Amino acid sequence: MVAWNKLKTKVCTTENILYKNSFDIEGGNFSNAGAVSTRIKWILKQIGLPDDVVRKSAIVCYESEINIVSYARKGKINLTVTPKTVEIEVIDEGQGIPNIELAMQQGYSTANQQIREMGFGAGMGLHNIKSYSDTFNISSEVNKGTFLKMIINSP
Amino acid sequence: MKLREVQEILKADVIVGKEKLDMEVKTAFGADLMSDVLAFAKAGSLLLTGLTNTQVIRIANVLDIAAIILVRGKKPSAETIGLAKELRIPILTTKYILFETAGRLYAKGIVGCLEQVENKSVHN
Repeated sequence: MVAWNKLKTKVCTTENILYKNSFDIEGGNFSNAGAVSTRIKWILKQIGLPDDVVRKSAIVCYESEINIVSYARKGKINLTVTPKTVEIEVIDEGQGIPNIELAMQQGYSTANQQIREMGFGAGMGLHNIKSYSDTFNISSEVNKGTFLKMIINSP
Repeated sequence: MKLREVQEILKADVIVGKEKLDMEVKTAFGADLMSDVLAFAKAGSLLLTGLTNTQVIRIANVLDIAAIILVRGKKPSAETIGLAKELRIPILTTKYILFETAGRLYAKGIVGCLEQVENKSVHN
């Protein structure tokens, strides 16, 4: 992991933005899945955000990361931290979601056997992302990709 | 209860985290479905599971899980142990099955991190 000193060079000087960065995620690479979320969690902790804000943000990032690894060719997480919010944008290139309403339902999943053997694919991912976020937006285009934007408020 | 007592009750081997045995734990969550762990497990709880892949460690880190108890004699891979050391998450292994592990801990005062889920329709 990068030292905090190195990280500081990426901290924006723009007023009201404490930190902004983009993290690439490779589709299909299960051995490295979750590494970006581990890093984001560490960064948010270093910034000094409250534990439950860090935890909620980390869960949202992790579920999103697993979705990209499981279903997309590639994707990225854009993270923006302000004194009052953590904004998480998730953009992927892949199969997209034909029926968002259905995909949001608990228990609905299109996961294959490999994903299920790792303990995922119970159809909780998007529902979890929504329930841990204060603001949740989703849009998707079949055979193009999916866009998520979540905001977690910091008290 | 201290993690050391959890180890004694479960006759468990400490694979990672010998230096954290004085940590206090009060609650636990048990499941082999990581999707459910992400949905329901609470910070500071023990995670009882039979899954040993690296995602268990990633999830424990994301959720601030206190320690992982691998049940049914499951042994973690070198990769899983390495990641647990890096992220400082204790791993204990017990030969008890999940039901026995939960029962023995409950009998000594550890409770679920939640009693019931909310009344929502879940398929599967």
